Amino acid sequence: MQEFPTVAAISTSLGTGAIGIVRMTGPDSIAICDRLFRGRRGNLAEAASHTLHYGAIAEPESGELVDEVLVSVMRAPATYTREDVVEINCHGGPVAQQRVMSLLLAQGAGLATPGEFTRRAFLNGRIDLVQAESVAQIVSAKTEAGLRVAMSQLAGGLSREIGSLRDDILGVLASIEAGLDFSDEDIEGMDRQATGGSLTGIAGRLQELIESAFVGRVLCEGVRTAIVGKPNVGKSSLLNALLMRDRAIVTEIPGTTRDTIEEIINIDGIPLQLIDTAGLRPAGNEVERIGVERSRRAISEADLVLCLFDGSEPEDDHDRALLTSVPMDRTILVINKADLFRGRQPRFNRGLLPAEPVVISAMTRHGLSQLRERISGLVLGGALPPLEGPMVTHERHKQLLEQSLSALGRARQGLRVGLGEELVAEELHGALTALGGITGDEVVEDLLDRIFQEFCIGK
Amino acid sequence: MTIAPSTDGDIFDVVVVGGGHAGCESALAAARMGCSTLLLTLSLEKIALMPCNPAVGGIGKGQLTREIDALGGEQGLNTDRACIQMKLLNTSRGPAVRALRAQTDKKLYEDSMKRVLCATENLRILEGSAAGIIVSRETITGVELDDGSRIPAKTVILACGTFLGGKIVVGERRFPAGRMGEPPATALPVSLAESGLELGRFQSATHPRIDSRTIDADRMVIDPGDEHPSRFSRFSQGVLRNQVPCFLTYTNERTHSVIREHLHLSPIKTGSVSGKGPRYCPSIDRKVMNFPDRDRHPVFVEPEGRHTGELYLQGLTTSLPVWVQELVIHATPGLEKAKLMRPGYAVEYDYVIPDQLRLSLETKRIANLFLAGQINGTSGYEEAAAQGLIAGINAARSVMGREPFVLGREQAYIGVLIDDLVTKGVDEPYRMFTSRAEHRLLLRHDNAHARLSPLGRNIGLLPQSRYAMVQEDERALEDLLQWLKSTTVSPTPELNKLLEKKGSAPLTEGQAAAQLLKRPEVCINDILKNIGVSAPGNAGPDIMARSEIELKYAGYIDRQRQAIERNRRLEDTRIPPGFTYLDLEGVSREARDRLERIQPATLGQASRISGVTPADVSVLSLYLKERHDAMAD
Repeated sequence: MQEFPTVAAISTSLGTGAIGIVRMTGPDSIAICDRLFRGRRGNLAEAASHTLHYGAIAEPESGELVDEVLVSVMRAPATYTREDVVEINCHGGPVAQQRVMSLLLAQGAGLATPGEFTRRAFLNGRIDLVQAESVAQIVSAKTEAGLRVAMSQLAGGLSREIGSLRDDILGVLASIEAGLDFSDEDIEGMDRQATGGSLTGIAGRLQELIESAFVGRVLCEGVRTAIVGKPNVGKSSLLNALLMRDRAIVTEIPGTTRDTIEEIINIDGIPLQLIDTAGLRPAGNEVERIGVERSRRAISEADLVLCLFDGSEPEDDHDRALLTSVPMDRTILVINKADLFRGRQPRFNRGLLPAEPVVISAMTRHGLSQLRERISGLVLGGALPPLEGPMVTHERHKQLLEQSLSALGRARQGLRVGLGEELVAEELHGALTALGGITGDEVVEDLLDRIFQEFCIGK
Repeated sequence: MTIAPSTDGDIFDVVVVGGGHAGCESALAAARMGCSTLLLTLSLEKIALMPCNPAVGGIGKGQLTREIDALGGEQGLNTDRACIQMKLLNTSRGPAVRALRAQTDKKLYEDSMKRVLCATENLRILEGSAAGIIVSRETITGVELDDGSRIPAKTVILACGTFLGGKIVVGERRFPAGRMGEPPATALPVSLAESGLELGRFQSATHPRIDSRTIDADRMVIDPGDEHPSRFSRFSQGVLRNQVPCFLTYTNERTHSVIREHLHLSPIKTGSVSGKGPRYCPSIDRKVMNFPDRDRHPVFVEPEGRHTGELYLQGLTTSLPVWVQELVIHATPGLEKAKLMRPGYAVEYDYVIPDQLRLSLETKRIANLFLAGQINGTSGYEEAAAQGLIAGINAARSVMGREPFVLGREQAYIGVLIDDLVTKGVDEPYRMFTSRAEHRLLLRHDNAHARLSPLGRNIGLLPQSRYAMVQEDERALEDLLQWLKSTTVSPTPELNKLLEKKGSAPLTEGQAAAQLLKRPEVCINDILKNIGVSAPGNAGPDIMARSEIELKYAGYIDRQRQAIERNRRLEDTRIPPGFTYLDLEGVSREARDRLERIQPATLGQASRISGVTPADVSVLSLYLKERHDAMAD
């Protein structure tokens, strides 16, 4: 039997249940899991095949707990892939699954490609090709359903942008390669400064693209949403109202890295991750800590801000301070407590607001459907900055873009410190190969085309 | 019609058709590996002829010549014998892209190669013209000559250059020829096509020659060659001296306007040349047309030899009518009074579409028929010789019942060359560039022998005496590297002054010499000077340079090796011969057709076929696994 590297993937569909499974297959899967797993009864290495173990996944260095888990250990060959398989049942919802995943990757597991488990099952003789194909169809069908909105909007834009980045890198590389392969033919060598300048521009765009891994994150973690407003403005009522309506609460994790509470709610199929919502469930003295500073931090991390005002009270300094600190392009203004002024003008001065607010009553659920429409309009309608441009939706793509960016970084560094052109070229080849992992294009022929188009070669 | 002497019905192990650069290497390799070999040439006077430029090597090509030398071929040695000027190119760039180029005395090159051929055991040379191949049950059995006689053979290597259906074009004149003054092979391409081989058509062009007494050298830049010329071959003896200078001049606006005025007579416009030409060697007409913004193009004026007055005008390729060629030359500085000796001309010819070959250079359709050189759609003496060598080796191995000898892309430029040809085919005459090699930092001029001589020895081509020289070099390198790693350099004021002058940070404490050498700006002589001792053992300048490269490139070399390892599984997964692709479900129609045509030897090769996606390769690997399991049951 061939030995394949150990790989892992989140194997439950996102947002469909509180318990998610992270699955790992390959010769090192038990050892990798062991390095993260804190169980009651010792190591998984000694565990018998097909046994279930209760414990926690922890950061290996800090010891910080990430999630409470049940781990199944299944040893080769009586497994789906005929390799050692570990399944980590996470209780912490999508966010915890993501963190467990990153820890496994950090410990040396590779990222499984879609259908990889099935492919191995086939390669290792566990299932026949017809079975493999039907599983593959289901895998891809599910993915398509999940990604339909994002993909139809964005896929074209992404490949165009990657294509254009690739083209620009090719242009730079062609100028270097022409100097290397045809230096005896009156071809000028590269201008280090100009080349560095071009690469800086390209790296900036690549960086933007990586940062746009927003939809990918939306699908995995949700739109980062902050509900802000002064104490008692009705933040927790709004949350509860949204939750009751959708019954989509997935999880509640007592924050382990920050003392926050993270919630996932579902608005028309768009998952919202509420960040830094401390104060939603104020417990006694904690109310005191909720100040403007705190909101500021939440706002800066958020993709979407719901900014609440109390319609039954006149505005105060806190409200004014808040208004100056929210980014209006990704903020929805909400006047709450409509039940207290019922059809009359709110006592809160609407003229103060730079945009049309949504008037709601979290208590009576009045106006909630308008609010939901505003949210989905803002997220899908392209008003949020990252949704406008091309976007990265696959973790694998993001990784490849990061590889490409770091190769570009080494090329730029090399140009600065006077590294040989052939080594700078080597890095640029690396940057292109990484992009080729997304677009599947071949470098050499395209490169030669560019050289012969742009340089007069030939003795 | 030629009259060939009888070969007494001997069955030769290997018959090589063509005595050019590919054919010579083929014949020598096969004979040296112990096969009874026949070299069939159209003319005994034209063996190892250099019909185009009087130079061997160049960037990318020079590496090929070094690899030929490392494996036990002749081109490097013969170039050294005939060399009249040597130049190391890309010295201001990194060592991975450095390469030698030699100006040679063309006549001397031919003569000395012929002398070697004539002195080689097992090798018989015969003048005659092949008219066809004899095939029986999809296997070659011999060659038929144009006088009707037959030469039976176990294997045949066709290395007939541009002779297949060759036509020469100069201006409005167009006539059948293989090279200037030589008749083409007209019957052979018909015979190949009848045997089922698909042919394509390419064109190539050569440069005008002028009389050396008629140039004005004062108006040109003199290029005397390197002060300390290196040798191509590791095995050459004696010191090389540059004997003849080259000159450089540039076309100017006057030259360009002459060309523009007569562009309507250029084959580009008249369409008198068919077949696709190389983009890297455009005619001066095309350069002027495609790059109107360039106010000059270089013209390299190169001597054809010591005992002839011909100068070769590299950069002025053209097949404009002769009288226009003269106008163009006379408009160029230094050439105002130049007398033309032979005009430039274009040649068009048939080639065999090379994706019909295996990596061994054997045709897939006809067993034991090998093709090498320009017949496979390449250009250049070095590309031809490299293929000739591999075809010769593999013909010999086929006779001996051994597995084909195939070099990987990560092992040699020769591997890149052949893999490109048979996997991707060609859409212009193929020339080597360093940018074609994905592992360029590993495939260097300086380490060709370390890479390939063990293999050359192993297949019985490189003699033990030469291999011992390579082993000695490797030991010397090892010792030197060890010494550099274990020797500490002290931060003396002199050293720090030197470092500062080079823009390098001064040392504050002692450091291993090897560590200090990793700095791009520091070279080994800086260190030796500082320590005041010479390097240990037998380390000559070449070994010292190599140690520097190994240290400076170490990180990159490791990375390339890792990349190679990652691909290893694809490269090592063999696809059984005769595997059929046409009914593979889940593989795109286009990919199936391409796979069926190319018949890749490994999954790695399959993944490089254009039109075959990574997904196709995954599915293919599934089928291979299934088949493998079924066979095991």
